[in-house]
Amino acid sequence: MFDVIVVGGGHAGCEAATAAARMGAKTLLLTHKIETLGEMSCNPAIGGLGKGHLVREIDALDGVIGRIADQAGIQFRMLNSSKGPAVQGLRTQADRKLYREAMQRELLHYQNLTVEAGAVEKLFYEEIDGKKEVTGVETSEGKQHFAKAIVLTCGTFLHGLMHVGPKKTVGGRVGEISCEHLTESLVELGLRVGRLKTGTPARLDGKTIDYTKVEKQFGDSDIEPFSYMDKEITVPQIACYITATNTKTHEIIRANMDRAPLFSGQIKGIGPRYCPSIEDKLVKFADRDSHHVFLEPEGLDDDTVYPNGISTSLPEDVQDAMIHSIKGLENVRIIRPGYAIEYDYVDPLEMRRTLETKKVSRLFIAGQLNGTTGYEEAAALGLLAGINAALRAEDKGREFVLDRADAYLGVMIDDLTTKGVDEPYRMFTSRAEYRLLLRSDNADMRLTEKGIEIGCVRAERQKAFEEKKQALAEAKEKLLHIGGTPRELEKLGFIVNKDGSHRNGFDLLAYEEITWEKLEQVWPELQNTRSDVVEQIEIESKYKGYLQRQEADIIAFRKDESFKIPVDIDYKKIGGLSNEIVMKLTKAKPETLGAASRVSGVTPAAVTAILGYCKKN
Amino acid sequence: MKETIFAPATAPGKAGVSVLRISGRSALKAIQKMVGIENPVPRQALYKKIKTLDGADLDEGIVIYFPCPNSFTGEDVVEFQTHGGRAVLNKLLEELAKMDDFRFAERGEFTRRAVENGKMDLTAAEGMADLINAETEQQRRQALRQMDGALAKKYETWRQNLVHLLAWIEAYIDFPEEEVPSSVADQIKEKIISLKNEINQHLMDGKRGERLREGFQIVIIGEPNVGKSSLMNRLAAKDVAIVSSTAGTTRDIIEVRMDIKGYPVVICDTAGLRETTEEIEAEGVRRAKLKAEDADLILAVYDVTKNNIDSETNLFQGRNVLKIMNKKDRVSADYRDCLFISAKTGEGIDEVLDKIGKYVEDALSLKEEPSLTRLRHRESLVECVESLEHSLIAPELELAAEDLRLSMRCLGKITGQVQVEELLDVIFKDFCIGK
Repeated sequence: MFDVIVVGGGHAGCEAATAAARMGAKTLLLTHKIETLGEMSCNPAIGGLGKGHLVREIDALDGVIGRIADQAGIQFRMLNSSKGPAVQGLRTQADRKLYREAMQRELLHYQNLTVEAGAVEKLFYEEIDGKKEVTGVETSEGKQHFAKAIVLTCGTFLHGLMHVGPKKTVGGRVGEISCEHLTESLVELGLRVGRLKTGTPARLDGKTIDYTKVEKQFGDSDIEPFSYMDKEITVPQIACYITATNTKTHEIIRANMDRAPLFSGQIKGIGPRYCPSIEDKLVKFADRDSHHVFLEPEGLDDDTVYPNGISTSLPEDVQDAMIHSIKGLENVRIIRPGYAIEYDYVDPLEMRRTLETKKVSRLFIAGQLNGTTGYEEAAALGLLAGINAALRAEDKGREFVLDRADAYLGVMIDDLTTKGVDEPYRMFTSRAEYRLLLRSDNADMRLTEKGIEIGCVRAERQKAFEEKKQALAEAKEKLLHIGGTPRELEKLGFIVNKDGSHRNGFDLLAYEEITWEKLEQVWPELQNTRSDVVEQIEIESKYKGYLQRQEADIIAFRKDESFKIPVDIDYKKIGGLSNEIVMKLTKAKPETLGAASRVSGVTPAAVTAILGYCKKN
Repeated sequence: MKETIFAPATAPGKAGVSVLRISGRSALKAIQKMVGIENPVPRQALYKKIKTLDGADLDEGIVIYFPCPNSFTGEDVVEFQTHGGRAVLNKLLEELAKMDDFRFAERGEFTRRAVENGKMDLTAAEGMADLINAETEQQRRQALRQMDGALAKKYETWRQNLVHLLAWIEAYIDFPEEEVPSSVADQIKEKIISLKNEINQHLMDGKRGERLREGFQIVIIGEPNVGKSSLMNRLAAKDVAIVSSTAGTTRDIIEVRMDIKGYPVVICDTAGLRETTEEIEAEGVRRAKLKAEDADLILAVYDVTKNNIDSETNLFQGRNVLKIMNKKDRVSADYRDCLFISAKTGEGIDEVLDKIGKYVEDALSLKEEPSLTRLRHRESLVECVESLEHSLIAPELELAAEDLRLSMRCLGKITGQVQVEELLDVIFKDFCIGK
């Protein structure tokens, strides 16, 4: 008997299993193939805008993805480096093999964690006081395991169906099986299941690319690792390349549009707008005669190249012609064609904020299975589900919940559980209304303390965190004691408004042209401050006015957020609600008044009515 | 639907007909129990006997049932049109109050429910309140326009513009590799500037709409005994209607509301200006001057028999002044820019009214574009413009985005697009029950 069973060994599963294990739960991870544990099914990269933030947040809670990415990253770049710090995102090309191996090393030696091969096809459950409760799983070989909480992270493997032109293959990933029966278990439990779609481009043989014809792109020279625990990156760094589609490419695709499963009606699932296939791009951006194609190496000792930007499910012969029309790829050898994959997902409106399903106790769902796309999104949800599954197994009523003002992870969970999805959900910085606060430089300051409190942060990180916190406090204290009046400052070389008021170090840093370095030259006591501490203080000073305003908003937001709506509320009994709103609320079952206000179509008036009703009853 | 509320919709007192409105989940019960019809045809006037809950005759009249959502409040609504007498109304109210789930409506509650149920937006509700309170033709036109959504449309268009601008910026931030052309940033700036200018234009309308709601302020000033009060009486009596006449909060400023050419005008008579050591009179003089500072038009009255035309001219700085020479009957004289009247005989009063009418029309006439009508709108728009300006100088794109978000919120506040319970509370205090 285990405390927690995690089904699936992708990014969500790895994070869920390690999180539960860190919490002290006796954890079993079941994956159909141990060799593919930590596999990157799609693009060989970790991070990006919004996604880089998620990786930092996971790391702040002592998750694994950041440290593994640091061991596998072969080209680090800070995206949006020309824009402000809140919207910069760290991204790295990752060596597929290094990543997988590092993840397997980590998991196979993780304390409290057992990894076993097994394809789960069935869930066991009991009915207690009219509510269903899962108790265990059964694999295709008939092996049974039981636990106090179960986390499902099956990715695209439920009824996975791959399309290459008219050719359809059953499987969750090229060359792998599909879970054909687990969906039945979920439906039997009463969960709403739908169908989504995603896709991946062909893979190319790098030895046959004419690199003289394409643009070279280098990574950053000054690399910042993902993990707060890593000081430097030791993996060799390499270049990527950029080419582009052209009018001829587009002609080829257009001439064969009727053979695209996406448009012929063969694919029913809805794909992500944000990661469109090349045929999709041609339809949606008809006036463009060229699209970027990023040639991303899949590894240091792997010649496979991932052509990012031309994901497709066109028939093989069309893919062939299309790819060969691209500059630099005229003579390329195609290792395997791109494909689209359709899979079952569970409506995220079925989840609570802990990712436990509302209808079925002790069952948690995370990752692509609850309607998201992306390794980082999956990992973040996995982490949260893992922590909560361990807490559920502990049966002390504790929960780990993050809200929209805590973290991107909180934003994502709130979006999923109040709005549901109609396409695979991907994180963006613009989804976070408190974006200036939720930065990747301060993810540890926002989250690690919460993690320590709940018990998912191990001693080593706790120590590192305390040290940084201490250094931050000391530096802030020093800043309070420097500065001067405009007259004094002028003598020191700082020109500020002569209003007679004293300015301290924070006030000075708010000026665009004043940096920590300049302050250091005048006040030597500031020297030898940790660079991460300096960075954070500089950002906070520059954003000061805006951050203060956001903090005021957050107070108002948390007020609604702290108002809990009873689980058994009957919206039909509340006066003044339209049938449509009653239906939507009944489906979403928001846990707080704030969450109710974010359910689509719910008007402020409806929120007022709910508030009035709850207060009265 | 909420609990059922009821209130008379017509003013109390003796009248041919009095209308009573009921709204809420049990509204239909009023017809079932007091008229005895189980399933009345929706929106059909039924002439029936109205009975008490005990079955005794109460009155006879017209009953109409408006099932939700096609009603004023968006809920089930029932209207009783009875004979308009106090006793009938009182009995009806008494009976309704006895029914389960029924209670007397609070101030503005019907309209509030209409807004809450999405039957109208906030500016439309405000327009309706203005329409009910309209005393002059031009006020009526402005209010009707607002109730029909002219202002809401304007503000919502701006808000939509901002939504689009913000979406562009967000795309630029979130998709750095998606070849968003760099010219987009410049285009966004241009659009922000043009939107800002448009809002400023709207703000710089000389408070036309607000004044049309509140009345064009005319203050009569002059030394004691030059004939200010006589002039006021002449003006008031001469015009079509004195709407109301109230002594001001200060005992020495008297206000008369008038309708001139369909525009609301408030004429204030003030204490005579002179140096004095008498305490109460000095306070009167101080207030008169204060009032003149807020005036849209000053009527400066002089006694033509005395040569004092240049006194108190510092009060006239930067405002419209009409100089009036009174006691024309006493002498004949000639001053430039002055109107000559005799408040005593009424000579020249038509000319004064005509002149006032021109000022008023100039300041208040409806323009093609709907005007701002409330301070609440003005404050939000000013805040919106400030945020737009801020966004133009924001050092980082994500900060500009933050500013745009705030300006969007300012616009949303006006039409009620954001969650502002306090705002609703304040606004609905302006309403009377039953409307």
